[in-house]
Amino acid sequence: MSSGKLIKLFKIRGGVHPDDRKSLSAEQPIENLPMPDLLHIPLQQHIGAPANPLVRRGELVKKGQLLARSQGAISAPVHAPTSGRIMGVGGYPAHHASGLSVRTITLKPDGNDEWGDIPEPATEPFTLSPEEIAQRVAQAGIVGMGGATFPSAVKLNLRKRYELNTLIINGAECEPYLTCDDRLMREQPEEILDGVALMACALSVEKVLFAIENNKPMAQAAIKQASRGHPNITMVGLPTRYPMGSEKHLVQTLTGQETPARGLTADIGIVVHNVATALAVHDALRHGRPLISRVMTVSGNAICNPRNLRVPLGTPLESLIEYCGGYRQEPARLISGGPMMGQPLPSTRVPAVKGSNGLLALTDIEIQAAPEMPCIRCASCVQACPCGLVPLEMAANIRAGGLDNSVSLGLLDCIACGSCSYVCPSHIPLVQYFNFAKGELASRQRTQHKQGEIKRLAEARTVRMEATKKAKREAMMKRKKEMEEKKQREAEAAAAAEAQA
Amino acid sequence: MREDPLIPGPYTHAPTSVSRTMILVMLALLPATLLSLYLFGWPAIFLFTVTLLAAVLAEAVSLQISGRPPRPFLLDGSALLTGWLLALTLPPWAPWWIGVVGALLAIVIGKQVFGGIGQNLFNPAMVARVALLISFPLEMTLFNPPVPLFSAQAPGFLESLSITFGSSGQLDAISSATTLGHYKTELSRGLTIDQAAGDADTLWQLTLGNAAGSLGETSALLLLLSGLFLIYKRVITWHIPLAMLGTLALCAGIFNLVDPDTYVGPLTHLMSGAAILGAFFIATELVTSPVSVRGQLIFGAGCGLLVYVIRTFAGYPEGVAFAVMLMNACTPLIDHYFKPRIYGRTRKGEPLSYAEKGGEA
Ligand code: SF4
Ligand code: SF4
Repeated sequence: MSSGKLIKLFKIRGGVHPDDRKSLSAEQPIENLPMPDLLHIPLQQHIGAPANPLVRRGELVKKGQLLARSQGAISAPVHAPTSGRIMGVGGYPAHHASGLSVRTITLKPDGNDEWGDIPEPATEPFTLSPEEIAQRVAQAGIVGMGGATFPSAVKLNLRKRYELNTLIINGAECEPYLTCDDRLMREQPEEILDGVALMACALSVEKVLFAIENNKPMAQAAIKQASRGHPNITMVGLPTRYPMGSEKHLVQTLTGQETPARGLTADIGIVVHNVATALAVHDALRHGRPLISRVMTVSGNAICNPRNLRVPLGTPLESLIEYCGGYRQEPARLISGGPMMGQPLPSTRVPAVKGSNGLLALTDIEIQAAPEMPCIRCASCVQACPCGLVPLEMAANIRAGGLDNSVSLGLLDCIACGSCSYVCPSHIPLVQYFNFAKGELASRQRTQHKQGEIKRLAEARTVRMEATKKAKREAMMKRKKEMEEKKQREAEAAAAAEAQA
Repeated sequence: MREDPLIPGPYTHAPTSVSRTMILVMLALLPATLLSLYLFGWPAIFLFTVTLLAAVLAEAVSLQISGRPPRPFLLDGSALLTGWLLALTLPPWAPWWIGVVGALLAIVIGKQVFGGIGQNLFNPAMVARVALLISFPLEMTLFNPPVPLFSAQAPGFLESLSITFGSSGQLDAISSATTLGHYKTELSRGLTIDQAAGDADTLWQLTLGNAAGSLGETSALLLLLSGLFLIYKRVITWHIPLAMLGTLALCAGIFNLVDPDTYVGPLTHLMSGAAILGAFFIATELVTSPVSVRGQLIFGAGCGLLVYVIRTFAGYPEGVAFAVMLMNACTPLIDHYFKPRIYGRTRKGEPLSYAEKGGEA
C-alpha cells in the first residue's frame, strides 16, 4: 500500500456536525509556556495503578529524573518536568470534575532546567526488538495522549495476545476548539511519522493508516509530504463528523469492520494510537526524553488570546490562562478537553496532566444552555447516536429507576460521546443520565462484590465452625466410647475377679 | 456521597429547541393555509382563528390546573400547532363551535389528560377530528366549493360572520362533495369511475387546491413542497411520508389495475383528501410516531394501507385520521420490537464475532 493511494471509506451511523470553532486557535503556532513557580505532579495521570513515589521532601531533582515508579501491570511512571527541589508529596486537588485531593508531588523549579541522567538515546531504534521498544516507551511514562491515558506500552504489547495487522494513527481531532494535534502535525510531521514507524515496528504490523479529518488540510498536506519516506504509511482524509475520533468508529470508517461489543479493536487486528503519543514515542527513543510536557489548546471566547501551548506537566492551569492574556469576560464554564466530552473543572489551580488536550473557557453564548423540557420523541437522538442506541428510552428508564432495563437497552455500549444531548431540542442532559447510571452500576457491582466477599467469608467461617464442632463432637464421642469401653473392661475385669474369688 | 456540583457536558448545543421545531412546522404549513383561507374566504378565516385561540386557551387553563409553569410550555408552540392542524381538517365553513369543541377535545382529552407534551399516545388533532366526525357527522361532512375572497360569489364580511357564528341555515345551498366523497356516492349508485369522473374535480384542480374539501385538504402541491421543506430542515425524515404515500399508491394501483371501473386510480388517491397533509404533517407528528428508521417505515406503510382500506371499503370517504390513530396505538409496540442495531452487536444483541479472523478466542 503506497502513500497517496485512495482508501475506500465506510459510512458510520449517526454522528453530528458541531460548529468546530477551531479557527480561534488553529493559526497559533505552538509556544513554550514559561516554567511556572510551582509544579504539582499527580502520581496518577493514567488509567491503572498510581505510580509509587521515589523522592522525599527537600530532595533536589534534575529534569527527566524518575519521580515515581510504575507499579503493577497497568501503570506508568512519572518524571520531573524540570530541575528543582521537591517541596513535598501530599494531597492536591485533582484534574477532575470532583476536585478531590489526590497524591501529588510538588516541585519548585530552580530555573536552570537542567537535564539529569536520561537513558541513552537508541542509536538505531529500528534494530531494537519489539519488546525493547515497548519497554522504553513504558519507561518514558507514555500514555494515550488523546485523553484516554491508557499506558501506551501495554497497547504496544497487544501483539502478544492478538493477531494484529494494522496500526491506525488517530489524527481526527473531532472535538470542536481543539487544535493541538493539528498544530503538531503541521509543525513536526517528520518526528511524528518517525514515532509512528517505531510503533508499527513494536507492534510488528506492516500497514499503517494515518487518519486526519478533512477540516485540517494543512496537517493532511504536511503528513502526506512527510510520509513519502515511509512506504507503509498512508495518509487518509476523513469526513468531518463528530465522533470520528472515537476509536471504534474510526476503525469502522477505515476498514468497514465493527469492533465486537465489549471487545477491543485488537479483536479485529487493529491498534489505534494518537498523534501526540507518536511524537512522545519519537522523543523517548531518539532522544531518551521521558514524557514531561505536552501540547494543549487554550481556547474559548472567554479567553483573550487563544493559543496552543507546550506545557510542563504539573503546571497549574491558571498559569496557562494568564499566559493567554486572562479572561476577556467571566467564563460561564471552564472545561478540560473538548466541549463534547470534556470535564468541567472545579478550579484553575488544578495541574495540567498527561491526558489534558485542551482548556476551554466558554461563554454563555457558546454553550447554549437552556432549561430542560419534556421529551417530544423527536428521534433526533436516535438518529444522532453513533452506537445505534435509543437514548430517549434509556434515559426514561434511568429516570424511573430501571437501571437493569437501561442496561438491556444497551447502556454499556454507550461511548458517552454526547451526540444525543447535543441535538436534543428539549435540552435533556441525556449523557448525564447515562454517566450517572454507569456510575451507579459500578458502585452496585462493587457492593455486590463486597457483599459476595462478606458472604463467602461468613460461609467459610460457618464451615470452619461446623468442622470444629464436628471435630469436638467426634472427639467427645470417641472419649465417651473409650470411657464406656474402659468401664466395660473394668466391669468385665471385676466380674472375672469376682468369679475367680 | 459525591455530589457533582458542576454542570456536565456537552458544553455546546445544536441550534434546536422544542419551539423551533414547532415554529418550523407552522412555517411549513403557512403557504397552504394562506391559500386555503383565500380560497374559502372569511368564514374559513374566522373558523381558523377561533380554533387556534381556543387551543391556546385550553392549553393555558390545563397548565394552570395541573400546576405546571405556563410560560415555557405555552411558548413551546405545541398547542398552537395542534389547533392549526385541527383547523386544517375541518370543513372551511363549519360553525365556530366545531372549532372550539375540537380544540378542547384535542388539548384536554388528546394531550393534557395523558400528561402534557410528549406523553400523548394519539395525535391530539386526530383525536379531536375523529370525535367530531362521530359526534357531528352532518357539520363535519358539509363541504362547499371554493369561493375565493373578493370574488363575485364570495360571502361578504358580515354574511361570513353569520355563516361561522350564526345559524347554519344557508349551508345546504352551497354544499358540494369532496372528490373522494363524490366517487363514493356515485359508485354506490352503481356508476363506474369513468361515468362518475365527469363531474368530479380534475387532478389538476386537486393539485392546485381549487377543489372542495377541508381547509388543509386543498392544495396537494403546496403541501408537498412544504413537506419537503420539513425534510430539508430535518424536522422530519422521509421515511414515514414515503412509506405511507408509497403504500397508498401501490394499493390503489393494484386494485385499479384489476378493476378500473370500481377502484379509483393512485393519482387521485394521492392528490385528494388529506393524503399529503397526513403523510407529511400528521403521521409524522413526532410524539406519536416510532423513533427508529425501520419502525417509521412500518408505521408509514401501515398508515398508507389503512387509509386505502378505509377509503375504499369502509363507510367513510376519508380515512387518514382513523388510519393514523390506529397506527399511533401500535407505536409503543413498534418501538419495542424495532430498535436500531447496536454497534458491535447483531440484531439479536449478541456481540459480533469474528472468530475466523483470529484474535483472542
Ligand atoms: S452518548 Fe451514548 S447514547 Fe448518546 S449518542 Fe453517544 S453513544 Fe449514543
Ligand atoms: S432528542 Fe430529546 S426530545 Fe428528541 S427524542 Fe431524544 S430525548 Fe426526546
